[in-house]
Amino acid sequence: MIKGLVTGVIDWVDARIPMTDTWNKHLAQYPTPINFNFWYFFGSLAMLVLVNQILTGIWLTMNYNPSAEGAFASIEYIMRDVEYGWLLRYMHSTGASFFFIVVYLHMFRGLIYGSYQKPRELIWVFGMLIFLVLMAEAFMGYLLPWGQMSFWGAQVIISLFGAIPIIGDDLTQWIRGDFVISGATLTRFFALHVVALPLVLVVLVFLHIVALHEVGSNNPEGIEIKKKKGSVPESELSPFKYHKQFSDKKDIVDAAPFFPYFVVKDVVGVAVFLFLFAAVIFYWPEGGGYFLEPPNFEPANGLKTPEHIAPVWYYTPFYAILRAIPDKLIGVIVFGSSVLILCFLPWFDRCKVRSIRYRSTLHKLNITQFIICFIVLGILGALPATPLYTVISQICSFGYFAFFALLFIYSKNEKCKPVPERITK
Amino acid sequence: MKKLLITLFALLPSLVFAAGPSIPLDKANYDLTNKASLQNGAKLFINYCLGCHTMGYQRYERVANDLDIPNDLMLDNLVFTDQKIGDLMTNSMHKKEAAKWFGAAPPDLTLVARVRGADWLYTYLRSFYADPSRPFGVNNTVFPDVGMPHVLEELQGVPNAVFETEMVDGVEHKTLVSIEADGSGELSKDEYNQAVLDMVNFLVYSGEPMRVERERLGMFVLGFIFIFFIIAYLLKKEFWRDVHH
Amino acid sequence: MSNAPVNTGRRMFLTATTAVVGAVGAAGVAVPFIKSWNPSAKAKAAGAPVEVDVSKIEPGQLIRVEWQGKPVWVVSRTDAAMKDLAAHDDKLRDPNSEEPQQPDYAANPARSIRPEIFVAVGICTHLGCSPTYLPDGFGELVEGVKSGFFCPCHGSKFDMAGRVFQNVPAPLNLVIPPYHFKDDNTVLVGVSEGDA
Repeated sequence: MIKGLVTGVIDWVDARIPMTDTWNKHLAQYPTPINFNFWYFFGSLAMLVLVNQILTGIWLTMNYNPSAEGAFASIEYIMRDVEYGWLLRYMHSTGASFFFIVVYLHMFRGLIYGSYQKPRELIWVFGMLIFLVLMAEAFMGYLLPWGQMSFWGAQVIISLFGAIPIIGDDLTQWIRGDFVISGATLTRFFALHVVALPLVLVVLVFLHIVALHEVGSNNPEGIEIKKKKGSVPESELSPFKYHKQFSDKKDIVDAAPFFPYFVVKDVVGVAVFLFLFAAVIFYWPEGGGYFLEPPNFEPANGLKTPEHIAPVWYYTPFYAILRAIPDKLIGVIVFGSSVLILCFLPWFDRCKVRSIRYRSTLHKLNITQFIICFIVLGILGALPATPLYTVISQICSFGYFAFFALLFIYSKNEKCKPVPERITK
Repeated sequence: MKKLLITLFALLPSLVFAAGPSIPLDKANYDLTNKASLQNGAKLFINYCLGCHTMGYQRYERVANDLDIPNDLMLDNLVFTDQKIGDLMTNSMHKKEAAKWFGAAPPDLTLVARVRGADWLYTYLRSFYADPSRPFGVNNTVFPDVGMPHVLEELQGVPNAVFETEMVDGVEHKTLVSIEADGSGELSKDEYNQAVLDMVNFLVYSGEPMRVERERLGMFVLGFIFIFFIIAYLLKKEFWRDVHH
Repeated sequence: MSNAPVNTGRRMFLTATTAVVGAVGAAGVAVPFIKSWNPSAKAKAAGAPVEVDVSKIEPGQLIRVEWQGKPVWVVSRTDAAMKDLAAHDDKLRDPNSEEPQQPDYAANPARSIRPEIFVAVGICTHLGCSPTYLPDGFGELVEGVKSGFFCPCHGSKFDMAGRVFQNVPAPLNLVIPPYHFKDDNTVLVGVSEGDA
């Protein structure tokens, strides 16, 4: 009887909105390559962290006071006077760093397996937009505790806009809403951080997934799992039922439906992730001074700069590039380009082979030097600048941009290994 | 490539420490579970520090409850002003007046251990030395030209600096090698170190009063996630038998 | 697909176990979110017990103190008002304080620890307005009762022990908060004796 009731309700809803059809198309009958490896956990994990940030963020807003006078004290109020406020706050602050860890690893996956290549350029572009918005979101969020690092970090980054000729000074003043960073800056950053940017982020994530589900996932082999209709013998077809949108047009091989197979797999990844996440929240919330920086436990003071200002770790690679250039305007341009150039990765790579597994040694070396440069820049960006470090930063900045230039040159006629027809063969 | 990454990560801490402070700090072996030490630290802090510095984000009641001090005892012995047990630990010093006396208003100390670190505090409070050229007659090796008097002098005694004199190219160079109290204080050297450690312990506690609870709760959470991981892993293996031939 | 037959029992069991453990985990995660809505240490400190000096209250006078953000009345009742209390039980809803609107030590005819000092939360039990104290003119509302409390919002009436009269919207007597005498002249509102 209960079963009948449930079916009745489902039928009733299905007659009005395509609930079951959507469920099947995107989960229960969505073909997913069976050879997903470790690197494929980070998409769903990013989603998990997004939910964590939104929920804990909403709850923090309930007790946070967005004013220059009250912000710092309200954070300590949350940490001390609100029941479990400390946990919500650490979940949010740790979540911010983990968001970037997950997103960087997710991007690295796309890079090595060529997930940005045709026909997945838009997925990559939406992903990069998410990354850009995320950087803005994290930057504005970092001002909110109104500690010394919040204040001086914002001061430095906003001053970057001052490098723009003619309008620079007026622009920085407009962004701040005052002659210095002040309560006016804090309240507008608060509004953007808790309302505007999260909305944009959610819309972009939606588009990212719509774009992904339109063309389907890439995989570590870089081979399509959807073959020309009629080209695969019946016995070779994937034995699962897929939504007719996929199976009517294509022969599907080496796949399994997302639900339940990849859901149960992702749950294992989620458990491992949560273990690490909780370990940091409960035993290492300051992240060695990188997740929560010690000077930020001192209230903002516009008359006293901390001895050493470094942005939070997730910005440091780009910040090091900025510092490596000995000219303010050019520095800002190069800094901006270093982020934006990533958006155009799909058009720098002209190779038809996707996965690093079948690409040339040159490409492997190029990716390796790129990652090394990126990590070294990240480390240097967190350290005080010395002449030696500046030279190393300059070399690595060159390596960073050289990756794209080299890729563009060699990828046209790259000598790749033969790519197999099928994942399992 | 993986090896390179590992080397780089291994290098990270050493690079970071290279940028650390130049004065060697003594290790503060504080113990947040030692209630007697915390109680003594609270007593010392309230007696010697709270007159000028505030602990403006912390409530007396929280300290009393966390440190097992009965509320009446706390109110009678450790709350000097007409404040209530639920009030924040502030004082009646005016910030502007204070800035005139000391050059800068004495900072709030609730979070000082999170800003400076326990080792810094432990070393700092033991590094005052008599220096008649300074306004309050003392200087500090960790915090040169500090604007604060040596409030713990009645405990430590007068700390005299011991210099070593070297002649370098005919110029006299004085290096401070140690600080010796003159014995006029209430405490012996070991007792003074212990007293400072108790105070540092209290400051570490006040920087993050939920820390003991956080670490206790963490065990349960990690244990639970581990169990969930095992079940989820078995479930995944069971379902994936369909996929793997 | 695997040729080995699917072990449905094992699959069902593992699915159910994962679901149950996952649900327990989700409930655990919800705890900090739910608990953070409780009154904070700041709110509790603001709602801490309040001391009232009763030696200065003239007979017939009412003073208001704030406890947990609520108005608490402390009234010094006159002898006449005390005598009145016993005379109109038939007009009351709950003359013997049977409803749990007061601590046990105030469940007596005067609804107080010391008969002459009346302590009550000054909030009407109907919809939360604060009634007006009428030391004299109450007789116009209830015949033969000289003084009492009248709620201006919906016309509820209470006698000098905070007991509600019949035929008014308020269902219950006024709430008596926990309190005790710290010494002869000081009432501590918000905490019963020995509960410090």
